[in-house]
Order: sequence, then C-alpha cells, then structure tokens
Amino acid sequence: MKAAVVVFPGSNCDRDLAVAFERAGFDVSMVWHKDSVLPEGIDIVGVPGGFSYGDYLRCGAIAAQSPICQAVVEHAKRGGYAMGVCNGFQILTETGVLPGALLRKAGLKYICRTVDLEVATADSVFTQGYAKGDVIGIPIAHHDGNYFADAETIAALKDQDRFAFTYRQNPNGSVDDIAGILSENRRVLGMMPHPERAADEGHGGTDGTAVFRALAGIVAAA
Amino acid sequence: MKARVHVMLKNGVLDPQGEAVRHALGAMGFDKVEGVRQGKVIDLDLAAGATEADVTEMCEKLLANTVIESYSIEIQ
Repeated sequence: MKAAVVVFPGSNCDRDLAVAFERAGFDVSMVWHKDSVLPEGIDIVGVPGGFSYGDYLRCGAIAAQSPICQAVVEHAKRGGYAMGVCNGFQILTETGVLPGALLRKAGLKYICRTVDLEVATADSVFTQGYAKGDVIGIPIAHHDGNYFADAETIAALKDQDRFAFTYRQNPNGSVDDIAGILSENRRVLGMMPHPERAADEGHGGTDGTAVFRALAGIVAAA
Repeated sequence: MKARVHVMLKNGVLDPQGEAVRHALGAMGFDKVEGVRQGKVIDLDLAAGATEADVTEMCEKLLANTVIESYSIEIQ
C-alpha cells in the first residue's frame, strides 16, 4: 500500500500525516508542490494541514493552482483516493474536487483544541472503522474552517449521505455543523479536524487512528 | 494598462470580519453604522494587449472564489 503526502511551502502537518499513514502500514512518499506527477502506483494522496503559501489571497487558493495539485485533481477524477485535512480541505475545495468553501470562522478567533465529532456516515473507506453516530475526540486548529455551500449543494450532500463528520458543538459556524465531507464517489474526504493529531497515545487520544486503519484495510483488499 | 479588481463576499455570506469592524465602530461611538462588509482590492499592471476578458479569466480562476465571492473589474 502506498500513500503520497503533498508538501507545500507552509505545510506543517505533512510529517504527522505521513506518520499516521506509516503506522497504518502504508509506504509513504513526500511529494513537493513543484512536482507535476504523483509517484507510480499510489493508493491515496494526503493533502496536509498548515498555511500553504502563507494563506495569501485565500487559504488554499494558490496551492490549488500548483503543479502537484493538477496531478491530485487528475488522480481524483480517475477515481483515486485522496484526503485533505484542514488546509488540505481548503485546498481541495479550491480545486473544485470537493464542493463549497471554508470561510473565516464566525467567532473570528483561531481555535486549537480537541472537539467532539460525530461520525455522520460509516459508508466510506475513511469512516468505515467507526459506527454511524460514534462520538470521537479530534483536535481542531484553524481560523478559516466555517464550511459554506449554497442550499442546493448542502441538500445534495445530505441526500447523498456525504457528511463524513459533524461537530457536536459547532466551533466555527459551519453550515449544518459540518466538519468533513465526502466527494460524490465517496473516495475523497475533506475535513477540518486533524485525525493525524489523535493517532498516538502521546497525543492524548487515538480516536483518529481508525481513519487510517480503515483506509489501509480497504486498500489492501482491493 | 491597469486594472483594479474588487472582490467581495457575496450577499448572504456571513462576513465575520466586517461584523467585528461594525462592532468596533459602534463601541467607538459611531452609532450610525448599520453594516460593514470587508473585501479586497487587487491592482494589476498589465502589458499591452491584455484585455478585460483576460482579467475576467484571472478572477474566475484565481482572484475570486466564486462559490463565496463576487468581483468587479475597473479598467483604468
């Protein structure tokens, strides 16, 4: 099983994401933003959190135009697996791989703490390690994580069971408490909370490991 | 040629920064401010031959996120 983790100038969760994939049994290669192709035979691409390009213009806007992101978009269009965490989620919405956008949080303050998430669907390779309705503790650390999409898009996400995770106590004003969503083919996940920061006893919690383990199990069986 | 692009959050999209500015103005005693929306101004220096259509394309692809933002272009 092979994973690639994209590194932008300003990424700061790339190593954590790589370690979480490694612990689940993936061979991980780091891919630089100027590369225009992903490594051969990868099963999943991780787009990490951080502050790509200093969050200039809009969070994720410039990263979305980088050469490697064109390759990530192609990979997703071919039905490849991808997950974007925090800034990675912002980048995936900016590329159009995932719908909607992430606005400045309603309370304006940068928040960094562990929050309760509800697993909104177990029907995806990312969330099948949980049961629908499970409550897990996962850290958030963001300023622009207020998920927004027009009413039509939200209705479609809901109808298609594409909310992956929701907040128990909405920290940022996200529509319908959305913390993470799935692509239409359910193979791309974007989420603001950081499962890779709840993947080791030393983190104070391991509720995030199920994402990576489930992913590893499915990819191996395919 | 110079072009000035104004980018604003669309109507109906919450603008927490504008709201914070409105609150601050109110606290300072400017009690006639009913709303504040904050946006961006981007000035472009363009080489000869550039057209407004080029600027529109730049807005659509990068300068604005049309999911949440609207833009207007002034050619100067």
